[in-house]
Amino acid sequence: MRVTSQLVDINTLKEMARSFRLDILDMTTKAASGHPSSSWSCVEILTALYFGGILRYRPDDPWWPERDRFIMSKGHAAPALYAVLAAAGYFSRDLLWTLRQINSPVQGHPIQGLLPGVEATTGSLGQGLSLGLGHVLGGRLNRINYRVYVLLGDGECEAGQIWEAAMAAAHFKADNLHAIVDYNKYQETGPISREMALEPFVEKWRGFGWHVQEVDGHDIAALIEVLQAVQRVRGQPSVIIAHTVKGKGVSFVEADYTFHGRALTPEQATRAREELLR
Amino acid sequence: MRLGERAGLKPAKPMRDVFGDALLEVCRRNPRVVVLDGDLGNSTKAETVRHAFPERFFNLGIAESNLVCVGAGLAACGFIPFITSFSSFLLCNAYDQLRLAIALSNINAKVLGSHGGITLGKDGPTQMGIEDIALVGGMPTFVMLVPSDPASMHKAVQAAVDHVGPVWLRSSRVAMPHIYPEDNCPFTIGKANVVRQGNDVTIIGCGIMVAMALDAAAMLADEGIQARVVDMHTLRPMDQATIVAAARETGAIVTAEEHLLIGGMGSNIARIVAANHPVPMRFVGLADTYTESGDPEDLLEKYGLTAEHIAAAAREAIAAKR
Repeated sequence: MRVTSQLVDINTLKEMARSFRLDILDMTTKAASGHPSSSWSCVEILTALYFGGILRYRPDDPWWPERDRFIMSKGHAAPALYAVLAAAGYFSRDLLWTLRQINSPVQGHPIQGLLPGVEATTGSLGQGLSLGLGHVLGGRLNRINYRVYVLLGDGECEAGQIWEAAMAAAHFKADNLHAIVDYNKYQETGPISREMALEPFVEKWRGFGWHVQEVDGHDIAALIEVLQAVQRVRGQPSVIIAHTVKGKGVSFVEADYTFHGRALTPEQATRAREELLR
Repeated sequence: MRLGERAGLKPAKPMRDVFGDALLEVCRRNPRVVVLDGDLGNSTKAETVRHAFPERFFNLGIAESNLVCVGAGLAACGFIPFITSFSSFLLCNAYDQLRLAIALSNINAKVLGSHGGITLGKDGPTQMGIEDIALVGGMPTFVMLVPSDPASMHKAVQAAVDHVGPVWLRSSRVAMPHIYPEDNCPFTIGKANVVRQGNDVTIIGCGIMVAMALDAAAMLADEGIQARVVDMHTLRPMDQATIVAAARETGAIVTAEEHLLIGGMGSNIARIVAANHPVPMRFVGLADTYTESGDPEDLLEKYGLTAEHIAAAAREAIAAKR
């Protein structure tokens, strides 16, 4: 019985994160479409969850009833999820290069039932936290103790359904439900603060009855520490607000939010690769 | 005249009460069935389960988007959720969630859209589900069931649980008379029931319009016209064979539904008839308009959903035969 969530040293995790960024670059460049910057901002979060000893999962038994759940609610970051799932052993890395191609299960946004390890269909934003609560209630009825992690985009938190789910999760005292917000401060058309202010963000979650912690979303050691800490919270759901940089790792993408739904050109990809390998 | 009286049908209790009984029955039989409520359990009658199996009943409050996705999550854990509310609130507040989390994910969830049609009456058009057939039609994996009487409601609820995949079930506030004996209602998903034989015209109805079609058939019989009546209890997948046989054998078809004509059952039947065996058709349903508050009987009369309207449409269709 193999339970895969190895705890490896931080330098190895950092190297994994770098390789995921390169995979995301190659996938989206080959597809000539996709959301590389939204994917890069959550790479350390996924690395900490899948390889930092947080999630319990079995790639050879993907629907193991006792598995911890990970729901990628910000579905446009699918390339990050696919890169991590392939590295975890859910499916062959060869599939990664079929992203967004016809006849491939590696859809532009995740579709439930097409790939092992993909827990939910996402891409219309706002739905993942509610799905996660459903898994929490299902676990209670099945008398199985697992944890449910949901990665939310910051722009996604403008959706009313997020707050419906937040209210309900607190009502049901879902202390095994953990939201993580990839707070990269940008949505598609511009800075969050300019387009639709989220602040005071921490207070909003607290007001809805959630335990809140903030963390540097690119510091893997800090992420692991806070992901462990929220497991000890009792009687209320918890949210980790991970401060991140959209496009993290590639300077000219970090500096230009219009990369949101845009792949890099082959020339830009060459420059990005050089930066990522530096 | 009471609905079903001309056809000699016995009155029954409101369909929502029948649904409540049927839901409780499947919960007794199958421990995997759970019920989710959008704070309307006393109107949809899903509350029967709240009393009997409180641990399998979740009120998610007035938040349909969250309601649908929590149900989808429970389905992913191996439960068979009945997600219940008014059809207008589910479809209009949570279409995106029904589409992604249930239809596109092809998940084993059941949705009860109560208060279908205009016969909920006095609460008025804000609550009426007059576009549910069209909207559920936009989600390719959903089976859609519209029971026409108490026995078929019981069978439909059980069939929904037995079917693996998304099922939409229409319920209503109004009472529909008994079409079938309580212990003998044939019900196979995708197989329409011929409830009256005849070879001059076929009337295809669903829901309350089946009893109305039988009333119309009784009126037509007095004129020497023998109408076949079909209960189209499954709107997806639609029973093409029964429709084509009706076209071939009776040469004229009338459809009758408590729904908008655009995007409704009749338009889907017309597509099948046109492609396979074109015959004159007439359509009874709601014209391109919203309705209003009122007694159900008054609304049905004012908006053209009566046995008289069906009979008139049948005479027209017959006259149009070559």
